[in-house]
Amino acid sequence: MTPLPPATDRPSTHSAATHPATLSVREAAMPSAATAEQVGARALSASGIQVLRNRARQPRTSTMFRPAAVLLAKELRTEFRTRELLATTLVFVLMVLVLFSFTFDPTAAETRRFAPGLLWLALLFAGSLMLHPSFTREQTNDTLAALRLAPIEPFAILASKIAANLCFLLFAELLLLPIFSALYNLPVLAVIGRLGLVLFLGTLGLATIGTVFSAISSQARMRELLLPLLLLPLMAPALIASAEATVGLFENPASLSPVWTTFLASFDIMFLTVTWLFGEYLLEE
Amino acid sequence: MASSMASTSVSATAMKHAGGDGLATLGVAALLGVAGYCALFVAPTERTMGLIQRIFYFHVPSAWTGFVAFFISFVASVAYLRKRLPKWDWLAVSAAEIGVAFFTVVLVTGPMWAKPVWGIWWTWDARLTSTFVLWALYVCYLLLRTLIDDPERRAVVSAVFGVFAAFDIPLVYFSIWFFRTQHPQPVIGDGGSLDPRMLRVLLLCWAALLGVLVLLIRQRYKVEELRHEVEEMSIAAAREAEAD
Repeated sequence: MTPLPPATDRPSTHSAATHPATLSVREAAMPSAATAEQVGARALSASGIQVLRNRARQPRTSTMFRPAAVLLAKELRTEFRTRELLATTLVFVLMVLVLFSFTFDPTAAETRRFAPGLLWLALLFAGSLMLHPSFTREQTNDTLAALRLAPIEPFAILASKIAANLCFLLFAELLLLPIFSALYNLPVLAVIGRLGLVLFLGTLGLATIGTVFSAISSQARMRELLLPLLLLPLMAPALIASAEATVGLFENPASLSPVWTTFLASFDIMFLTVTWLFGEYLLEE
Repeated sequence: MASSMASTSVSATAMKHAGGDGLATLGVAALLGVAGYCALFVAPTERTMGLIQRIFYFHVPSAWTGFVAFFISFVASVAYLRKRLPKWDWLAVSAAEIGVAFFTVVLVTGPMWAKPVWGIWWTWDARLTSTFVLWALYVCYLLLRTLIDDPERRAVVSAVFGVFAAFDIPLVYFSIWFFRTQHPQPVIGDGGSLDPRMLRVLLLCWAALLGVLVLLIRQRYKVEELRHEVEEMSIAAAREAEAD
């Protein structure tokens, strides 16, 4: 489906894709110290592409799910080797939550009303910063070109990155939740199941749109500024829905709003579908 | 050689655009004049708000026209992604830009109307907030376009963003409407029925603004077409310089 330019125009990426070893040789020859991205790229070129190429002649489902799983494993491996993204996100959200407490009295009864909104706003800001490397880290060694040439569905590339970012964000939220609960004096444990559902639905929307927009901003100038700019207005409905659903959980008695939960689920399904239909155009070159 | 060819094509485009628009512009200007006259003098004066309510005849049709513009932009974005003809990209950016202009009119005339009637410039009412978010979305679309240099990448990437933005519009409106209706809000007096004379003037004003929309999009489209030609020429010139 994705039209690829003739290979003769791009000799370097072509050779990198047909001979996975070339990528490693090229990296080894680079004078700079190996970064996490390069390590990840080498891991991919050695195992991932080989696996993907072996499956070239298999039916359509295996050009989608298996490659997506392989790519997801590669994303997770790359991140958990350094944990750079997770550490910075955690500290960032903590800082924002602490700074928010200066703007109003966090011990007042109003806290239950405001704190969920603050948490979601902090997560949205964090997402708009931490989702940025999803595609820019592929640019370091032009590994996205290799992925594009692999005989897999283009959506598999996007889906694996969305899933990886979802994992990172959910993991960060898991660590943040006890601290948030203590800082703002909210009984999180009592509603943990329903809160988990809201967190999952809201974070899925953030991961989906954030990943797609990271593919957009990686192709532009001023990309660090551009991603939050694109993401924040588009995420406004999801922010309202997540915050309102979370507020409902801390009311007395706790209740999960069916409207906002359905709205969040529809938001996720809608934009996952739009990504499936239109996302692959972003991977062209 | 290449540059001389390009310059003839530019002059041909300029020739093609020279005539034909004058009459349409005149027609729309006349329609706009009649609509303005009707809005100021023919439509009955509203009982409680008085004369300031006449801003309604441009405030509301501007919003409707802006929606039409964004819809055109959405259709053109999808068409570009499917067909890959540059003209769809030109239409998408033209319509989005003119849509932003119309929504700017809405956002400026709104507070002008609100201050005397509600006593405040801005209220976080559902419709105001959603309109503001919508305006911001398309301002971001235009910003995104300025930050990508390669014409083809710019077209593809902004078309995808345009599609996402268009799908977001109903969600923005629903979420903010539902969010706000749960909270106390100023009474806006939306329940009353519109005087039939008022409705006729309103529709006349909308027709005039739709004419303005078409004219502006046409004009902006031509600018985009010429810009494209200049880009092609500079690329050709760069190639020539490289060959030398």
